[in-house]
Amino acid sequence: MAKAVSVRGLTKAFGARTVLDGIDLEVEPGEFVALLGRSGCGKSTLLRILAGLDRDVEGEAEVPGTVSIAFQQPRLLPWRKVWRNISLGLHRPDGRAIALKALEEVRLTDHADAWPLTLSGGEAQRVSLARALVREPDVLLLDEPFGALDALTRLAMHHLVEDLWIRHKPAVLLVTHDVDEALLLADRILVLDEGRIVATHHVDLPRPRRRASVVEQRTRVLADLGVDVEEAA
Amino acid sequence: MTLSIAGVATRPKTATPVQTRKFTLPLRWISPVALVLLWQLASSTGVLSPDKLASPLTVAQSAGELIADGQLVEAFAVSITRVFFGFLIGGFAGVVLGLVSGLSRWGETLLDPPVQMLRTLPHLGLIPLFILWFGIGEEPKLALVAAGVAFPLYLNLHAGIRQTDPGLVEAARVLGYSRIERVVHVVLPSAVPQTLVGLRIAFGTAWLSLIVAEQINADAGLGFLINNAREFLRTDVVVVGLVVYALLGLTTDALVRLLERRILRWQKR
Ligand SMILES: Nc1ncnc2c1ncn2[C@@H]1O[C@H](COP(=O)(O)OP(=O)(O)O)[C@@H](O)[C@H]1O
Ligand SMILES: [Mg+2]
Repeated sequence: MAKAVSVRGLTKAFGARTVLDGIDLEVEPGEFVALLGRSGCGKSTLLRILAGLDRDVEGEAEVPGTVSIAFQQPRLLPWRKVWRNISLGLHRPDGRAIALKALEEVRLTDHADAWPLTLSGGEAQRVSLARALVREPDVLLLDEPFGALDALTRLAMHHLVEDLWIRHKPAVLLVTHDVDEALLLADRILVLDEGRIVATHHVDLPRPRRRASVVEQRTRVLADLGVDVEEAA
Repeated sequence: MTLSIAGVATRPKTATPVQTRKFTLPLRWISPVALVLLWQLASSTGVLSPDKLASPLTVAQSAGELIADGQLVEAFAVSITRVFFGFLIGGFAGVVLGLVSGLSRWGETLLDPPVQMLRTLPHLGLIPLFILWFGIGEEPKLALVAAGVAFPLYLNLHAGIRQTDPGLVEAARVLGYSRIERVVHVVLPSAVPQTLVGLRIAFGTAWLSLIVAEQINADAGLGFLINNAREFLRTDVVVVGLVVYALLGLTTDALVRLLERRILRWQKR
């Protein structure tokens, strides 16, 4: 079966600064992969390349299927109603019906005719997710989509994303710097540091996962990020 | 005064609550009314000679007469027509040039430098050239209004397009928008608020240009009415003309504000 994402020897430099340094990465269809790393280590750059937004690279990055993306900021068009934000670019005559269905999945049907600037941060991010999913992507790229949300909203979003993933089964590449988030959601965790993948963890815990069940593995992932939990505590 | 160039860019203040409004609106009228009364007093007592400035009552009376005998309406129609066509020509030029230079790299490379250089030139200073080029008929007047309109529209439209959030364009690309859809749904709407600011400035300069242009050998229009009145020392008619200019400026300003409120409904209030 073809891979959802296959990257070989991907190198990206901005001027003299090498941001991605020979990345190899394969993602199976329907697999949930989390990309962990400190700020500035090249996570967004990798996602932008996979989304086709940056083609000035060395090496290979193949994404054969359709790609969709949600960013840390919802990036909705403030001058288009919520439902239009979802249906625009789909090129489907039944755009509104499709948008309403997608809004139902993120429980925002009531806001279909609202202006985006009237939404809360969490609501806007849910619209952004609906907009990404309505394209039925083979690969869903999520660049810290919960980073700007408060802790409670973030918890709700974790459940929502897992739900949607189970229902639609796209391959997901989730960028985050929250270890717990990665452990709760991902089949596989990649640790990125200075443009290289320095560690890979398979998470075989049964779903739905609870916080307590991930504690043990958390310590090992944190160690790969250079954080010694015993010492920190 | 709505006709100044610099003062027009301010956005309307947020609405005051009804209660304070009821209270402050009459208060705000105290000093203007007092000034008019003072003016009338100065005229009645002979302190202010009618050769310098006619009394408010005379002005009102003359306004009535000028309306009744059709002179004011005719002059008004001529002036409005000048601004209308000047605005049409200048608006078309400003918008087309702004779009080309905002949306295409080559357009910007070729168009923007000369326009940015020309904008430093006060366009009212072009009158001698326009007279040489177009004579002293309607053409130089239209050209002056058009020049006054084209620059603010170009500059604000161009700046508005350039200010588009690249993050939105990027998202639109990944989400499958065609190039045209990106322009129509992302780039142009994000340039609209700035363009409306340009529109208000353009109206301000249009009226200013008209007033100046109508000083050149006008044989009809508000400028003619005013100049003619000057020769006969009719300060009352001069003031009537000035008031009409001011009202025109106020009206277009209010229209643009209305337009803003309709078009920018999506903005958080
Ligand atoms: N367009 C760009 N030009 C120059 N440097 C960039 C550009 N985009 C990103 N970088 C640099 O690349 C590095 C990685 O950025 P990024 O991928 O955004 O990191 P993060 O892992 O936090 O998402 C950073 O040091 C950033 O400054
Ligand atoms: Mg990032």
